[in-house]
Amino acid sequence: MTAIVLPRAQRVVALRLVLLLAGAAVMVLPFAWMLATSFKPDSLVLQVPPQLIPHHPTVANYTGAWSSNDFGRYFLNSVIVALGTTVAAVLLSAMMAYSFARFVYPGRTLLFGLLLVGLMVPTMMLLVPQFLLAKQLLLLNSLWGLVVFYTGGNLALNTFLLRNFFVDIPRELEEAMVVDGAGPWKRFWRLILPLSRPALATVAIFTFLGSWDEFVWALTIINDPSKRTLPIAIALFQGQHATSWGLVFAASVIAVVPVIAVFAIFQRQFVSGLATGALKG
Amino acid sequence: MLWAYAFAAPGFVLFALVILYPVARAFQISLYNWSIVPGSASTWLGLHNYGRALHDPIFWRSLVNTGFYMAVTTPAQIVLGLGAAVLLDARIPARGLFRALFYLPVVTSWVVVSLLFRYLFMTDGGLVNWLTGQHVDWLGGRWTALATISILGVWKGIGWSMVIFLAALQGVPVELKEAAIVDGAGPWARFRAVSLPAIRPVVAFVTIMLVIGGFNVFTSVFLITGGGPLDETQVLLTYMYRQAFTFLDFGYGASLSFILTLIVFVLSLAQLRLFRRPGEGTA
Repeated sequence: MTAIVLPRAQRVVALRLVLLLAGAAVMVLPFAWMLATSFKPDSLVLQVPPQLIPHHPTVANYTGAWSSNDFGRYFLNSVIVALGTTVAAVLLSAMMAYSFARFVYPGRTLLFGLLLVGLMVPTMMLLVPQFLLAKQLLLLNSLWGLVVFYTGGNLALNTFLLRNFFVDIPRELEEAMVVDGAGPWKRFWRLILPLSRPALATVAIFTFLGSWDEFVWALTIINDPSKRTLPIAIALFQGQHATSWGLVFAASVIAVVPVIAVFAIFQRQFVSGLATGALKG
Repeated sequence: MLWAYAFAAPGFVLFALVILYPVARAFQISLYNWSIVPGSASTWLGLHNYGRALHDPIFWRSLVNTGFYMAVTTPAQIVLGLGAAVLLDARIPARGLFRALFYLPVVTSWVVVSLLFRYLFMTDGGLVNWLTGQHVDWLGGRWTALATISILGVWKGIGWSMVIFLAALQGVPVELKEAAIVDGAGPWARFRAVSLPAIRPVVAFVTIMLVIGGFNVFTSVFLITGGGPLDETQVLLTYMYRQAFTFLDFGYGASLSFILTLIVFVLSLAQLRLFRRPGEGTA
């Protein structure tokens, strides 16, 4: 028997793969464990030794979470809030970014500077004053309260990223439209937005996922159980049913699946968005 | 020109209302014994709430705990994220898949992964104790609980730093690496002499972001220990939240979050100075 000796280059690749596989296993194992638990009856979730693949899988946790524990409604609330926020935040920040990228006017630098303040202030610092403001505006306990504050919170970063993108669009294209008599709104709508699809997709994805996952603000302003979004519903449910891990994780899987779907479909925009944000910043 | 204002106005008005106005209010509220009951007056306290924090042992403990979390998770995420990026910065099979798997925890909500880690680190029937053959009461003591929370932070954050480091490494000019090979430099020497200096600004960016993120730790602590047992694992933001929304002491809560913001701001400035290349000027 002769030992197989790999060439050096191949050995290096093999070593890389082994290390990466080990790392990937650490990343995935908790999720696999969550998925397995969500298919186990309550009596078996803390069984020793644990079963990575349940011997008696059941979907009872999923039906229980979706119907009798109202997670269908929470899912719908989350969809409404995340979609509403995404549409509003992307539109408003694209308009602002267009203003900053293409017009010169008194106060522009000041407005842009103030926007950067919004990038630097930790959101949690604003929790108390924002709560008092929402109370004054009668936005406590309402999905509107979530949409309005999520939208406002996403504007600074989105505008910043979109402005960088708009600045790079050749001015000649717009000038050609001016010659044809197109006003600013038409140029924005017909030229800038269609040319910026990759950038718009990036900010839309980040905004959607951010509002889909948001926890603290929703926890703070929502009291009415029928207005809960998925993150607070899951956390509160776990607090009340400390041992129903199967149900908790079935609800978690329901909340995580759309995120993973969005991530899988738009992975490229994701990575490029992160990278440009970081490398330019 | 009117168009310019028309485009900026709707977004900026909303931004001013829900971000800028609260920024200004945050400091003001911290100077009062704020009353949330309509009709009853808030009393002016000046800097009393800040003095109160300085004499509050739980504030100091939460500061130490927050600092511990930051000090553990920042270097770990940099080293492991950079390591993963270096491993992926080559022609290897299933590269996109690996990148996606490392990134999976980043896109998953803090709520879900916090509950998941609470389950994994349970004393009886938890996967971690079973795999390691131990019987550790992870969440029962201050340091083991903070360790659990830090492990979660690192696990969730590696993918983020990895993606950014990977983008930066791919931007390192190939000619530089080839020149180093011609000079006979081994892989480690090449990494030290070529890649690391080239991605230095990105390392600085990631470090600053991680320090800021570390000081802002909240959801994981809130859901895994709730600051307990007996406030042993409070961090600044969970303690702030408790003061503001459990005890309804908004003035004290606001001053705690203002202190946090100041600390983060000063640390960020200090790091910007630290990371500045020697000879780049001091202005």
